[in-house]
Parts: sequence; structure tokens; C-alpha cells
Amino acid sequence: MKRANTPVLIIATALSIAAVGQALARDEIRIVGSSTVYPFSTVVAERFGRSTSHKTPVVESTGTGGGFKLFCSGVGEGTPDVSNASRAIKSSEIEDCKENGVQDIVEVKIGYDGIVLANAAGLSQYSLTTKDIFLALAKDVPDGNGGLKPNDAKTWKDVNPALPDAKIEVLGPPPTSGTRDAFAELAMESGCKAFDWIMETKAGDKKRYQAICHSVREDGAYVEAGENDNLIVQKLDANKNALGIFGFSFLDQNMDKVQASLINGTDATFENIADGSYAIARPLYFYVKKAHLDAIPGLREFVVEFVSEDASGEEGYLEERGLIPMGGAEREEWLNNVLNFNSLS
Amino acid sequence: MPGVVERHRGEERFRRLGLAAIAVSMSFLAFFLISIIGTGYGAFIQTAIKIDVDLTLPEIGLEEGFTSEDLAKVRYRSVVRAGMRALVPEDLGRRESRTLYGLMGAGAEFELRDKVLAQPDVVGSVASFWLTSSDDVDLYNKAGSTEASEQQTRLTAKQIEWYSELKASDRIKTRFNWTFLTGADSRDPEVAGVWGAIVGSFFALGVCLLLSCFVGVLAAIYLEEFAARNRWTQFLEVNINNLAAVPSITFGLLGLAIFLGFFGLPRSASLVGGMVLALMTLPTVIISSRVALQAVAPSIREAAFGIGASRVQTVFHHVVPLAMPGILTGIIIGMARALGETAPLLMIGMVAFIADAPTGLTQPASALPVQVYLWADSPERAFAEKTAGAILVLLVFLLLMNLMAVILRRKFEK
Repeated sequence: MKRANTPVLIIATALSIAAVGQALARDEIRIVGSSTVYPFSTVVAERFGRSTSHKTPVVESTGTGGGFKLFCSGVGEGTPDVSNASRAIKSSEIEDCKENGVQDIVEVKIGYDGIVLANAAGLSQYSLTTKDIFLALAKDVPDGNGGLKPNDAKTWKDVNPALPDAKIEVLGPPPTSGTRDAFAELAMESGCKAFDWIMETKAGDKKRYQAICHSVREDGAYVEAGENDNLIVQKLDANKNALGIFGFSFLDQNMDKVQASLINGTDATFENIADGSYAIARPLYFYVKKAHLDAIPGLREFVVEFVSEDASGEEGYLEERGLIPMGGAEREEWLNNVLNFNSLS
Repeated sequence: MPGVVERHRGEERFRRLGLAAIAVSMSFLAFFLISIIGTGYGAFIQTAIKIDVDLTLPEIGLEEGFTSEDLAKVRYRSVVRAGMRALVPEDLGRRESRTLYGLMGAGAEFELRDKVLAQPDVVGSVASFWLTSSDDVDLYNKAGSTEASEQQTRLTAKQIEWYSELKASDRIKTRFNWTFLTGADSRDPEVAGVWGAIVGSFFALGVCLLLSCFVGVLAAIYLEEFAARNRWTQFLEVNINNLAAVPSITFGLLGLAIFLGFFGLPRSASLVGGMVLALMTLPTVIISSRVALQAVAPSIREAAFGIGASRVQTVFHHVVPLAMPGILTGIIIGMARALGETAPLLMIGMVAFIADAPTGLTQPASALPVQVYLWADSPERAFAEKTAGAILVLLVFLLLMNLMAVILRRKFEK
């Protein structure tokens, strides 16, 4: 008797799978994208789920690029409604979106995140310029005669005589990470600009300029320590020589374990990042599909909640999580744009 | 030929090497367990603060004859905050009040609501409740107020002062953390729990078990007992063995393309998770089932054929029951592997923040190892012990499954 049931069960399973595939009314918001925005997005999602009758949005941490790939794959319930990003959307990504029918996208800026270079607490604090960072970590550095040579700096003292005679050892995220992109763009490139002749190549040969300014050395001075910022903090605790690269929110949580280096003479504090004087800070965004605003219940309210004073405003609950809110005038301007759901042109 | 003494010495050497190997692996295991338990036990203990809340009717905005629905809608947030303010004698400004509220956990208002709803007769009086503290207070309390913990804590000096006063007046205690076992994922460590992940894992494993049992065992029986031995079956065998060694993320990619892309199944659903995990465990189940079937003595088959049994009768009446212990062990080991996988789930969207425990196969769900991975990546310090706690829960489940394999094996061998 028991055996007779087997084919029935298999058919039943197959049928139910087919049924599920067809009936697909989604009533929760789906969010993908940057792992840097993830901690903020999830907090808003949780509050939203608790305080409204809507379900808690589902947030996936796919990385900024991966998020846009999913986001731009089309319109409809099978695709995400929101994509988080630790950089602005690229024109190539907008085109990709348009090709797949995602015409109108609303861009929302939520605030800033700082990237810090830190070493274990209790040691002497580093004071670096972006030029030092470039010279210490670039793959090729200027040789002084208008050409390039492979980077052979062994200690920080080789880079800048004012720095301590300690081995260059920097733990940072791998190239797939948005933090790494931002680090290359903000720290390395601004150090790179200290050399006039490199600046000049920017106009003529943009590819070469990028290669010079963004390439990180691969001889062991820069150690790829994975995407997990907690791990980098722990490694710094164990390895007194090393400096680590990670996001400001992790510094905020681990002030007793690590200390941030001064960048261009500025301390990595909340205030300095907010007013723009700290050099390595980046804006955080999320993008919403306009076509989904009416189709997915609660999406409109979610966006409003995210930009509310309570959440991403000054002294909002995201500030407690390490987000650096925008200042008054800038915030007003964005708020105006977002609450009218103006789409990206 | 070496002499007796030399041969004895050789044996002695081998024994010692074997013992040393065991000792090394045991010490690794012990180190792993001690460090996990050492960090993880804290996840099962939480700190609670006793506050007196004023639940008299005008205070909570209700009138005589209220329903339980009205009672659920009371603004418990302000009730909790009033209770917190009553704890300190001085009048506080807005900013200072905020730091005071920071002692209480993020879920306190919901905890209070549930407690009041469970015993509505407290309404109308001033009642005392133990409510979960914030994660920072929890960590500080568990570490004990030493100089080291004072340096490590994120509490401000003022908060530490309040904490000490509360501690002195017996308003702070530690208790077993049920929330950790009954709650779903949250971004507030004091509210976060593994229940949502356990349910997700359970659904996914159920689907996986169903599929890999039927498909895997039937495939193994057909290949072993019915199929002709030719190039085709050899080709199949090589491919199945190959698939068993393929990195598991490959199955996730396959699932993304077929189940999500082609069939249009929902993203992050435990149904799809189970199907992908089934793809991954199928080769293991097929191989171990075939080995179990091969181990059944040929004389059994010959005897059955001898008295006139058909092929199907021979296989299902005699061979399969004898091979059952081996087949079951294979299935359970496959399931245990599936329980610990995250890589294939990544591609189909199960590695996500999901704050509601799933109630059906098609709802968004995560899984236990996914929860471990997500918490390990969280900036909040208190998630470190939650991570280790979730690993402990996962280990307990794995232990139970392996125990079940042993018990079933014993039972069927009789």
C-alpha cells in the first residue's frame, strides 16, 4: 500500500510547485544592494514592519553592483523594488535598466559614511595624508623623472620621513567590495592628484590615469582581509603593526579596540565627516522603481519613513547606528525631490 | 625479515602515531568547542531591568469597559519611558532622557504590551515588570563592573552611574533568554533570536528530504538493480560521482537559472532553498544508497529468484529492507550537510534580513547557517555572542540528526 502512494506524492509535489509559480502576489517590499547600506536599511525595515500593518521588508546584501544587476533586470513582482548603493548609479547601469524596461527610478540620498584607516588602540596614532596613502599602497609610484616604477616602499618612513619606521601592512577589503571602490576613488585618487603630471594624463588618457591612481599593490603590503569588517577589527587587535580599512560604523562600535588615523590632519569623527572636512567619506543612496510605487503595498510609506527626521535626520535612530546625516540645506533639497518622487533624468 | 623485537617496535611506533593523531584532532575539537561555548553561553542569558509602570486608566488613555483590542493599542512606548523616568529622582532634559531610555532594550514596549495582554487584571494599578535591557547594559552587566569592562563599554559615565544605582536597589537581574530561542532576526541584539532561522531551515530540509529521498533512493535502486551495465550507466556513474564533488555554490547558480528564472518561483522562499539543497544532496544520497545496496549479499537475490519472485518483489521485499540502515545513514548525513550550507542559498536570495518567521513554504525565509553568517557581519558588539549562540544551536541540531542516524541504524539492523 505504501508504495502506491509514491507516484501520487511526486505528482502532488510537482503540481503544487507549478501552482506556486503562477500565483505570485507579493505583499512585502524586496530590497537588494550594498553591504554598507544594509545595516541602515534593515533597521528602517524592522521599524517599518513593527509600526505599520505591512510586512517587514526583506533586505538582501548583494553588494552595490550586484544589487543594480538584479534591480535593472526588469519590472514586475519577480524583481526587487529598491536597490541600496554606496555610490551613485552609473550611466551604464541606467542604460541597462532602460533596456529592460525600468524607465523611471527615484534616487534617494540618505547620508554619508566615512572610511577609516585604524590601528590597535593604545599604540601611537598615525597621521597620514592621502598622498602618503597613495605612495604606500599604489602598485606603481612616480620615480621622480616623470615616469613610474614599481612600488618598493617597505616602511612608512620610506613614504614620508615624518612617519614612523614601521612596516607597511594594511588590511582591507577585496576588489569586489564597495568600500574598496570608494577607498580607491577617495583616498588613493586624491593622493594621486598631488602629482601634476599624473593629473595631466587625466585629460589625454583617462584609462591610464585610472590605472595609475586606482591600482593597489599586490606584493603583500596590502592584505585582502575579506568583506567582514568585524574580522579586520579583530585582526588589528592581534596584529599591532597593521592598519585596517573599514567603515565608520565599525569604528564607532569598537572605539576601545581601535583608533582611527588622522587623514590630512583631520580626525575621523562624526562632525568632521558630516561637514565634509574628512577626506575619505562617501554618500549613501538607495534607488526605487517608480513603477512599483503603486503595485507593492507600503513601498511609498517605506521611502517616506527612511527619509523622515526620525530615521535619517539629525539625532535620528540611524545616527545611533553610525550613519552620518546630511546637513540642513542639503537635506531639505533632497527631501523635496524625494517626497515628490521625482525620477532620475 | 626483521626480528621479533624490531616488529614489536614497529607496532609500538604505529600505535603512538595513531594516538598522537587522535590527541591532536581532539585538542582542535576541544579548542573549537571551548571557544564557541565560552562566547556563546552569554547569548542564552539576558539582563532585565525592573520598572514600575503606571497602568491606571487615565494614564494609558483608556476608559472603563475597554476591549483587549484597545489594550493592545495603548502607547506602551511612553508608558515604558514614564516608568524609566520614575527610576531616577532628578528632572532630566531631553538629551539626558534619551540616554536614560538607552538603558532599556529596543523591544521593551512590545514586551510590556504582551505581558499586559497576558494578565489584563494589572490594568488600573501600578505594576512592576522586568523588561529586557539594552545590549550595552547587558554586556556590561555580564562582564561585571571591572576596570576592563568599564573601558570596553559603550555606556556613558552617566549611564554607568544609573546602572550602579539600579543594581544596588535590586532592579537589575539576569535571566534565561527565551527571546533568543523564540524570536526572529532583528537588528537589535537584545531582541534577535534564531526561531525564524530554525523554521526556515526546517521547511527547506523538509522539501530537501522529500525530494532527495524519492528521487535519490529510486535512482539508486534503478541503477543498481534494474539498469543494464553498459557505457551509458558507466557514464552516468562517473557524472554522479563528479557532481558530489562540485562546489555547492554551483547548485545555487543552477537553482537561480532554473527555479527562479524559468519556473518563476519566488525569491528567498524555503521551497526553492529545499530544492537547491536537494540538488546538492542527491549525488551523496545516490552514491551511499548504491553502496548499501551493493553490500546486500547476492545469495539473497538468488534465493528470492529461486522461489519465483519477480525482480520488483526481490528488490522491494528483500534487498531494500536489508540495505535500509545504509540508505538511511546516507540520507541523514546528506541532510546534515544540507543543514550547514549557505553558499547555494546565497544565489537564491535566502541570505537576507528577514524579520518575520516564515509560515509557509513560499514565504521569505533564512536558515540557521545564514543567520550565523549575517550576525558575524554585524557591527553591534553584542552580536558576537549571538553568533556563537546560533552556532551552538546549529551544533545541537547536527548532533540530534547524527544521533537519529545511529538510532535508526540500530533499529533496522535488528
